[in-house]
Amino acid sequence: MSQNTMNLKVKVWRQRNAKAQGAFVTYDVAGISDEMSFLEMMDILNERLITEGGDPVAFDHDCREGICGMCSMYINGKPHGPWQANTTCQLHMRAFKDGETIVIEPWRANSFPIVKDLTVDRSAFDRIIQAGGYISVNTGNAIDGNSLPIEKQKADDAFAAAMCIGCGACVAACKNSSAMLFLSAKVSHLALLPQGAPERKSRVLKMVAQMDKEGFGSCTNTGACEATCPKEISIANIARLNNEYLGASLSAQ
Amino acid sequence: MLDAKIPSGNLDDKWVDYKGHCKLVNPANKRKMEVIIVGTGLAGASAAASMAELGYKVKAFCFQDSPRRAHSIAAQGGINAAKNYQNDGDSIFRLFYDTIKGGDYRSREANVHRLAEVSTNIIDQCVAQGVPFAREYGGLLSNRSFGGTQVQRTFYAAGQTGQQLLIGAYQALERQVALGNVTMHTRHEMLDIVKIDGKAKGIIARNLITGELEKHFGHAVLICSGGYGNVYYLSTNAMGSNVTAAWKAHKQGAYFANPCFTQIHPTCIPVSGDHQSKLTLMSESLRNDGRIWVPKNLGETRKANDIPEADRDYFLERRYPAFGNLVPRDVASRAAKERCDANYGVGTSKQAVYLDYAAAIERYGKIEVSKQGLSNVSSEQIIALGKEVVKEKYGNLFNMYAKITGENPYEVPMRIYPAVHYTMGGLWVDYELQTTVPGLYALGESNFSDHGANRLGASALMQGLADGYFVAPYTVGNNLADEIYNAAIPTTHPAFEEATKKVADRIASLKNINGKQSAESFHKRLGKIIWNECGMSRTAAGLKQAILDLQALKKEFWSDLRIPGEINEYNPELDKANRVADFIELGELMCVDALTREESCGGHFREEYQTPEGEALRDDENFMFVSAWENKGEHEWELHKEALKYEVIKPSQRNYK
Repeated sequence: MSQNTMNLKVKVWRQRNAKAQGAFVTYDVAGISDEMSFLEMMDILNERLITEGGDPVAFDHDCREGICGMCSMYINGKPHGPWQANTTCQLHMRAFKDGETIVIEPWRANSFPIVKDLTVDRSAFDRIIQAGGYISVNTGNAIDGNSLPIEKQKADDAFAAAMCIGCGACVAACKNSSAMLFLSAKVSHLALLPQGAPERKSRVLKMVAQMDKEGFGSCTNTGACEATCPKEISIANIARLNNEYLGASLSAQ
Repeated sequence: MLDAKIPSGNLDDKWVDYKGHCKLVNPANKRKMEVIIVGTGLAGASAAASMAELGYKVKAFCFQDSPRRAHSIAAQGGINAAKNYQNDGDSIFRLFYDTIKGGDYRSREANVHRLAEVSTNIIDQCVAQGVPFAREYGGLLSNRSFGGTQVQRTFYAAGQTGQQLLIGAYQALERQVALGNVTMHTRHEMLDIVKIDGKAKGIIARNLITGELEKHFGHAVLICSGGYGNVYYLSTNAMGSNVTAAWKAHKQGAYFANPCFTQIHPTCIPVSGDHQSKLTLMSESLRNDGRIWVPKNLGETRKANDIPEADRDYFLERRYPAFGNLVPRDVASRAAKERCDANYGVGTSKQAVYLDYAAAIERYGKIEVSKQGLSNVSSEQIIALGKEVVKEKYGNLFNMYAKITGENPYEVPMRIYPAVHYTMGGLWVDYELQTTVPGLYALGESNFSDHGANRLGASALMQGLADGYFVAPYTVGNNLADEIYNAAIPTTHPAFEEATKKVADRIASLKNINGKQSAESFHKRLGKIIWNECGMSRTAAGLKQAILDLQALKKEFWSDLRIPGEINEYNPELDKANRVADFIELGELMCVDALTREESCGGHFREEYQTPEGEALRDDENFMFVSAWENKGEHEWELHKEALKYEVIKPSQRNYK
């Protein structure tokens, strides 16, 4: 592997706090290796800002291996940047060309208020889970794991939905800021498994109600969420959610 | 000598007897008892959910924006349990034995046996929560093998087992939040323990959004804040993983045990340059099918695929025929280092070895051919079929490798090198997981208890959930039963005021240094010192020098640190500075511990103590104990020992040959 270095400009959204007025600020970043990760490029920018006496750019990040769901940048008009099935922390500078200007914005959605710069508040997702995104089983109540065989395909499908990392890219990508892909992934994960059956109907009703309360927009099936999802959560889950919701609403009345 | 309060009786009966005789708190009293839980990974989230289900009033804290982000989420390979679903001779005893042996006979028998006992309950609990473990076509749970064992006892969900288990615990936690039994404080960092009359009675936490210091009372405080691998700067831990909560507990009187027992994981993506901010693990499960090798000839210049079999050295298979590529982590890491130090390393840095899937792809391809009843199949077709199988088993890991390195691991062998991954050391706890401060507990990776000097793969998830779901609810309750006469203490108590002032003063003095260097730059320098002198191999001379270097680094940190921004606002640089300050102090203690332990065991390899074949040479006569360090002030610690008594297993030199 040979390393190439490049000089770039980054145009970053700066906003001191939730109430302050924000604006784009452009910075030069020089000597960036194409083997660096995107966030390592941000580290270099921040290190420079600190030593120059400036204010480093705030951004959420933690595991830097694409699984915690904490990183959340809108890069050149796409959540998590140009690569398919990818998180910002796994994006590498190979994706960019020398001399390029990279535009970096926070997730844009009313339900995700800005904390500072590129950091947003995604606690709405936790509240949606609180509304019913679980199976009500206390510790100690479980039967032997193998006493309940589950068809492999069903288990695999449930897993595919459960892979959601709760990053919020689906909301950021959606023109309506809808949280349907996130919600449908959880509803599908639990509805596909026999363990989830007892609460299947109440779960979907309560979770949808909470999603509406949080102010997320409506789904118009454009599929931007699926296209941008780092874990490739399928939009088929939204169809399943609609089905579940309809069934639950009818039988609830 | 420290007393771990291990119950008497036969090893098999200890936990059962304990549960049968421990004190209980009646439901009406539970409602009056408040429990503080710091950290929401597997240990913290499972403890918070379980304690809340029991009726305690729980307050949980995490520094991330959601409890679901905790770094347990990144665990890839799996979770062990002695289910013996494979009928391959597994049992509670065998899991117990493998764990003790894997830990190089430096863990406590009673704790490890309890861990093996509850391992089976964990799987049941997780399945009941809807954790989508991998399954066979018959609908039953699937298992795979892992390092250091000869049975298949690892349950998994592709390469994302930690994620699925954590989401299960997180959902159980959020359910209790919805029921009002848990108050969740996200983006909060614990910055001190409050002690009243010698007991832990609360914490001071900083709201990371506003910078405000908050006082929280609890009848008990559970530290579930994970390990301290980030002391090395470069590790597989998340960027935010830190020792601060555990270190504050240590400063308040909790002994810190075996800090030099750190795990270097053999299969990680190698460092690519000085810009590197973290290292990425490639799951140990890859050693199931991958073969590890380096060129046989010095100065080899050919590309990996052009090097014929005869010129390859499969050094793990050569040195350890019985376990081959599945030797424990410490053994595999040292063997890779040995080859690289002898100049057989590969890649531009020469600090890497190959992890090769060509043989596995061909083998799986042939199995598919016979499964599908194909005939006249070309070798290309076999390879294509094999790649499909490998993709299903390890696809997400291969993708991750390709993204980071820009190379295609289906076509060329992966390059891997050991990296810091886990810390066996941690807060000293007794059988009840209580530290030396009454009322203060440590669960999961933050304690030292179960893995001795080396942890086996797929055992961290097991321990985190064992502590949180099945141990702490009993043991904490046993002690809370004596607290029912004590009402909650208002946070206007002088002890809370004093602790708050202490924290505020420290933050102000950090901020007021107004120097030139960032916390990150100090962290990098700290990491280099620790990695070089207290990493994969250690020497007395190196450790002594490292202690001096760290003391100098501490001085420089406290005179030249720069924290931008203000104290009373969202300020990640301030958070980082707080953590790095604690890491520097911990680093010194690690070196002190490593220097004192004049033997090699597990992940602790002192060059002075090795067998003629280069294996770790233990000294059971003089070092069969846990080193528990009491903080005595700046640069000062007093060593307390807990003797390790092996009543059931007879320690021997570990042999994986």
